[in-house]
Amino acid sequence: MSNHVLEVNDLQTCFSSKEGTIPAVNGITFHVDAGEILGIVGESGCGKSVTSLSVMGLVPSPPGNINGGEILFNGEDLTKATEKRMRKIRGNDIAMIFQEPMTSLNPVYKIGDQLMEGIRIHTKLSKKKAYLQAVDMLELVGLSRVTDLMKSYPHQLSGGMRQRVMIAMAMACDPKLLIADEPTTALDVTIQKQILNLMKNLNEKMDTAIMLITHDLGVVAEMCSRIAVMYSGKVVEEGSVQDIFRDPKHPYTKGLIDSVPDMRVKKDRLYSIPGNVPKPGAIKQGCAFAPRCGQAFSRCAKETPELLETDNGAKVRCWLHHEQ
Amino acid sequence: MKSHLLEVDDLKKHFSSGKSVFKKKSQPVKAVDGVSFAVQEGETLGLVGESGCGKSTTGRMLMRLIEPTAGAIHFQGKNLLELNSESVRSMRKDIQMIFQDPYASLNPRHRVERIIEEPMIVHHLGDKATRKKKVQELLEIVGLNSFHAKRYPHQFSGGQRQRIGIARALAVEPKLIIADEPVSALDVSIQSQVLNLLEDLQNEFNLTFLFIAHDLSVVKHISDRVGVMYLGKIVEMADRDELYNNPKHPYTQALLSSVPIPDPDHKQEEIELQGDIPSPSEPPSGCPFHTRCPHVMDICKSVVPVSQEKEKGHNVACHLYDDQHMAI
Repeated sequence: MSNHVLEVNDLQTCFSSKEGTIPAVNGITFHVDAGEILGIVGESGCGKSVTSLSVMGLVPSPPGNINGGEILFNGEDLTKATEKRMRKIRGNDIAMIFQEPMTSLNPVYKIGDQLMEGIRIHTKLSKKKAYLQAVDMLELVGLSRVTDLMKSYPHQLSGGMRQRVMIAMAMACDPKLLIADEPTTALDVTIQKQILNLMKNLNEKMDTAIMLITHDLGVVAEMCSRIAVMYSGKVVEEGSVQDIFRDPKHPYTKGLIDSVPDMRVKKDRLYSIPGNVPKPGAIKQGCAFAPRCGQAFSRCAKETPELLETDNGAKVRCWLHHEQ
Repeated sequence: MKSHLLEVDDLKKHFSSGKSVFKKKSQPVKAVDGVSFAVQEGETLGLVGESGCGKSTTGRMLMRLIEPTAGAIHFQGKNLLELNSESVRSMRKDIQMIFQDPYASLNPRHRVERIIEEPMIVHHLGDKATRKKKVQELLEIVGLNSFHAKRYPHQFSGGQRQRIGIARALAVEPKLIIADEPVSALDVSIQSQVLNLLEDLQNEFNLTFLFIAHDLSVVKHISDRVGVMYLGKIVEMADRDELYNNPKHPYTQALLSSVPIPDPDHKQEEIELQGDIPSPSEPPSGCPFHTRCPHVMDICKSVVPVSQEKEKGHNVACHLYDDQHMAI
């Protein structure tokens, strides 16, 4: 029996626009195990944020629409769940934190009221008990002067403190899965370090699975046990952090790792992947990475490769690894 | 001895927070508070620091886009702060800037050819035909095609727009380019393209860069020397390898240990700084870093440390390296 908390199978999320239907997420498959941290890596426009919104049932419809596939959360297909059911799951079983903590907190409500609102919606706690629970959560995420903080407004806090409040809010109902969409991108390095350590501690202490969406390979290497690399709406490689960093199979993953300047080694010249990230849906035939790939051959332009399992359990979507 | 192209001496910028009916007297925000450094011809000086440390304000003061409160900026021996507005404009021919946001720094209603040509018109360089030819050349140099000249900024991707910004800066053949976070808005694979381009251009045109960024890995890659800023002051400055291999200031040490390394097997000494960066409007007394410093001493709370050369070319402003203190 698998212990997948979340299983996404062949998910397709499209947006309709004047130019037709654009597949932002084009058949992605991955899973998150209980208690693990899965990193989802990719550049802008690869569909990583739309994936997380799809899981949360937050894709605005219209113009967005989940056209196919399934999202299994503890065996329940969320694509078929009613809005009422989704509202129960959101915040209670699956919680999410965003990149910009300022825009995800309501500027006209006090921190305490916003925290207690979430707690009281999902539990039957009295106001008094919800207050105590909120205070506990703020302490858990490492904030001090908590009673003053309960009475503060979001603008009175620094970026790092706001992100801690967001995490407190997300963890308040002890979710099974926390989706963190670029949680430290807007923060300074020393603050980023604090927040990453906090998330790691919570993951260990409360056994919450985390789906960490980021473009920063350094963050992934530090935090995650497994990674899924996305390109143009598809997962192109998936495997353990060690395997992917030591021996990336897909040319895109390899290019991405080589493009990052590493503080410890002096590279005279950075590797760079030629060309630009294609717009979603721009490449209709063949492998989406083929036009930028140095190892592409005739088959790559014609047929789309499948996500193929390799010997060590890793998966890669590339014709180079299809034997014969 | 190599000549200094640019010398900055005790540069300060204090923003007064304005008079208010409700506040009697408000403290000025000391965005930059006594910064000194020199840049040699042909080198790249990196300025790193977290948000609010004053690195961008420093860059803008060099262009005189922000008027400094005090200090001196010598460019090729001339004090820029004594120039009148006419001479400032002609000085900008030699100092150009590349901005962070390629979306906001290009006029959306102008075609690329006009954007790149404009600095040449302002500085009366060449006639129409030579300028047109130069635009074509510049586009090729930064890795775009000449047919791109007729397009508008919105038709380009982020990386291509940053290339247009670079072409515009190069149009007047400057000596010094101030690059303020030029790659932080770009994706990883595009970031490396732009960094490589900047390095190529430096070699080809003997450019001098002041490279302002928050990403320590990027700064290490591109710089010859690096200065670390904290709350309006340079706390440490040294040659690149010296600074990254042998950081002396506790802030630099913590900053370097905070950078996530893209290698899952890498284990590093963990220094997690407590607390947030203090507000520059109420900077701590003494050493600005003492509120978060793991090695704080009594002297740090009252006396501002002076930057001193500890090893050749390695300056640090920290009481841990005071000679008297060592003696006690």
